[in-house]
Amino acid sequence: MSSQSHSIALPNHKDYQGSKFAIWLFLITEVILFGGMFVLYSVYRSEYATDFHHAAEELNTLLGTINTLILLTSSLTMALAIAATHHGNRKLSLTMLAVTVLCGVAFLVIKYFEWGAKIHHGIYPGSEFLLAHPKGEILFFGLYFTMAGVHGIHVLVGVVLLTVMFLRVANQPNGKVSFVAGHGLGQAEGGRIAIVDKDGKTLWTGEEIDTSIQRIDISTRYWPVKERFRVIDFNLLENSGLYWHIVDIVWIFLFPLFYLIT
Amino acid sequence: MSHDVSHEHEAHAHEPVGYGSYILTWLALLVLTAMTVTAAGMHFGSLSVLVALAIAMVKASIVLFLFMHLKYEDRIFHRLLMIVIAAMVIFIGLTFTDTLFR
Amino acid sequence: MFEHARVPEASSVNFYQFKGRFSGLAGWIFSTDHKRIGLMYLILMLVFFTAGMSLGFLMRLELIAPGKTIVDAQTYNSLFTLHGVIMVFLFVIPGLSASLGNFMLPIMIGAKDVQFPRLNLLSWWLFLGGAIIAVVALSTGGGPPDTGWTFYAPYSIRTGTNVTMAAFAVFVLGFSSILTGLNFVTTIHRMRAPGMGFFRMPLFVWAVYSTGWLQVVATPVVGITLVMIMVERTFGIGVFDPLKGGDPILYQHLFWIYSHPAVYIMILPALGVISEIISVHARRTIFGYTFVALSSIAIAVFGSVVWAHHMFVSGNSLVANFVFSLLTMLVAIPSAVKVFNWVATLYKGSIQLETPMLYALAFIFLFMIGGFTGMMLGILSIDVHVHDTYFVVGHFHYVIFGGLGFALFGALHHWYPKMFGRMYHQIPSKISWFLVFVGFNVLYMPMFILGWEGMPRRYYDYLPQFQKWHVVSTVGSWILIAGILIMFINLLRSLKTGKVCTELNPWGGGRTLEWTVPSPPPLENFDEIPTVTRGPYDPEPAEAK
Repeated sequence: MSSQSHSIALPNHKDYQGSKFAIWLFLITEVILFGGMFVLYSVYRSEYATDFHHAAEELNTLLGTINTLILLTSSLTMALAIAATHHGNRKLSLTMLAVTVLCGVAFLVIKYFEWGAKIHHGIYPGSEFLLAHPKGEILFFGLYFTMAGVHGIHVLVGVVLLTVMFLRVANQPNGKVSFVAGHGLGQAEGGRIAIVDKDGKTLWTGEEIDTSIQRIDISTRYWPVKERFRVIDFNLLENSGLYWHIVDIVWIFLFPLFYLIT
Repeated sequence: MSHDVSHEHEAHAHEPVGYGSYILTWLALLVLTAMTVTAAGMHFGSLSVLVALAIAMVKASIVLFLFMHLKYEDRIFHRLLMIVIAAMVIFIGLTFTDTLFR
Repeated sequence: MFEHARVPEASSVNFYQFKGRFSGLAGWIFSTDHKRIGLMYLILMLVFFTAGMSLGFLMRLELIAPGKTIVDAQTYNSLFTLHGVIMVFLFVIPGLSASLGNFMLPIMIGAKDVQFPRLNLLSWWLFLGGAIIAVVALSTGGGPPDTGWTFYAPYSIRTGTNVTMAAFAVFVLGFSSILTGLNFVTTIHRMRAPGMGFFRMPLFVWAVYSTGWLQVVATPVVGITLVMIMVERTFGIGVFDPLKGGDPILYQHLFWIYSHPAVYIMILPALGVISEIISVHARRTIFGYTFVALSSIAIAVFGSVVWAHHMFVSGNSLVANFVFSLLTMLVAIPSAVKVFNWVATLYKGSIQLETPMLYALAFIFLFMIGGFTGMMLGILSIDVHVHDTYFVVGHFHYVIFGGLGFALFGALHHWYPKMFGRMYHQIPSKISWFLVFVGFNVLYMPMFILGWEGMPRRYYDYLPQFQKWHVVSTVGSWILIAGILIMFINLLRSLKTGKVCTELNPWGGGRTLEWTVPSPPPLENFDEIPTVTRGPYDPEPAEAK
């Protein structure tokens, strides 16, 4: 197959559906990762129903509810950020992404205070105070800290990921074209690159191109026109969004099963 | 090229979903959250787990099908969802054949 | 980041000669070419296999006589733990999938590489990383784990040995496995050549596909279970600790929810390879192709619902034991389907007794013994007597070693000319096959007798009445190791001194796509992606081409 691309890069076989399929497979592994802990929860809940009920009263339902609302809202803003890219609205997309990240941070901050208070009261895995309680309560908190902890790690990873996505979207729209020796550059020998406006007036001219030139890169930064922005393939952003929604879904189950069994 | 115009049609095969429908979805989730918090204060006895789980499953489905676009995706993605649900049902269910009957 | 230049000359040289961005060692460890990645997996795996085999050699030396022979009890416990961890997590689970699957899968479906070449390289790096962490776990903390490769709670929580780091190593290795499975499943869904519907895929591809699903669905469970062991050891959460109300049997449930499907991760690609070898070396299309293909999926599904048959005497409820014993009976059926179809393929085939075929025939014999004894173990009334005896040890070595091991050896010989452009020396290959086959049976057959008579597994010492068969078994290990060494040396030597073989189809009977590309293949496998118009084992139509 002869090459018609101007740049040295992997052939552009961007399989949109393929990467979406792969991300869903990855999300399956995430769900099953939490699922293992839900197996333990379900067995111990059925075995120590009363103990779980008492232990749950120690949890701060208000903070748990607030955290739930924060994550649900962050799911909304995530979806809006992606919808904005489809509508070509760069500003809205960036704003919504920033709010999503802030929601994630807020969730973690609240968790920090929530757990700080718990630890201050002696409720943490391995504490003497906890070990003096009935077995079901020990297990409740063992599971609580582990499951919420693993979930929190996923929130943190999501925050980092979405921050990176924010920077990538902020960098759009742009483009880069390259001409390389042996692939079309030879025809330009003896010439110069120029920027010419619509009236034919030369705005800028570059150096003369001789045989010492191996490569010309033209990086363009487009004015964030709606039409330009809309056609960009935001594959990675959409897949990150899917990840974030799964993090939300896990909490949707954690919240009632730990905070609301009073 | 760092953007690929030719994939525009493949990427957004359907009309972009309007902002309004996402906001409605979010409101539905808030209502369901209020329901689940309220239900916690009510005495369902041994059914309380089921009520909590049922509401959680509705919420999760809303996030999956609307926020995550599962409603608009090819059927193979629906099958992926079936696979993970089946796996969880089997893992928990078969474990219970042990723990429930000891 | 690690892209290679796509220059026209890439198609006129083979993939070893292709010069990418890096050269030398860097040209391998930073390569995203599935063929190089497959070979790198193979090299590491064979190194680990040799290490695991050496541990087995030492174990058998210790067991040649009762009492202390060469090591003390604590060391022996670490020996069998390491032997298991290395063999299971560093050799058998990556297995045929990561090595030959990586090399052959894209070629067999008419693709230039996998869907995510960089993710593929990351999988290999995670494999190497996990192995290094495992080695570090040996020499730090409280020393090498002594829990057995199964890390059962509550001992794994209490022991002072370095279980936490070993568990972390396995976690990293699990991640490697998940990413490979994800990559392969996506590749098979998205990158098949035009005309290759699912039912025109070679059976090795069906096998790798089913394996990929198990890797994706089952591995996360052991991942989180090991995380909980680490958290339990560090923070004392109590989920597996009876003193805090935890249930150690739940650990076993979670562990085996992965580890049973894991044995199917090990064997499915091997079953696929046997189909390929038999088709080529009996010059026939596989009888009952559709049934064999679907049996791979069936094995994956049924294999996921039988895990508690490892726990019949652990304290399960009787209900669970009944349920799991019944389900275990079912899982034999798709395996039997494969064996019947292979035999039907061989019948009236034009059988060439090349070394790969010898390994395939041995496989059928050994795997059936392993399978039958597995069925025996699945029956409650028998398992009560032989659980945790040498009967189990014999069983799983027959299915894993006699199964995957022999299939791997056969596959190495079968695809040797394709991968290396040379033919191995024939006579040493057949001598080594004979020694391996005889040694294997002398080593492992006595274990059924020992187990039946009551010799427990993982025991450092034993009663004198068991010694006779232990001696036989140890002698068998020497014969086996001699055969394996001759085989490895032959394969290595033949890289330099084997007859050069650049034919596309050196065995003559190859009909799947890998036999249409040069030996060794060029970087992107195909100059032009082929269009597939026939089933994978059907002969070319006489008038076409």
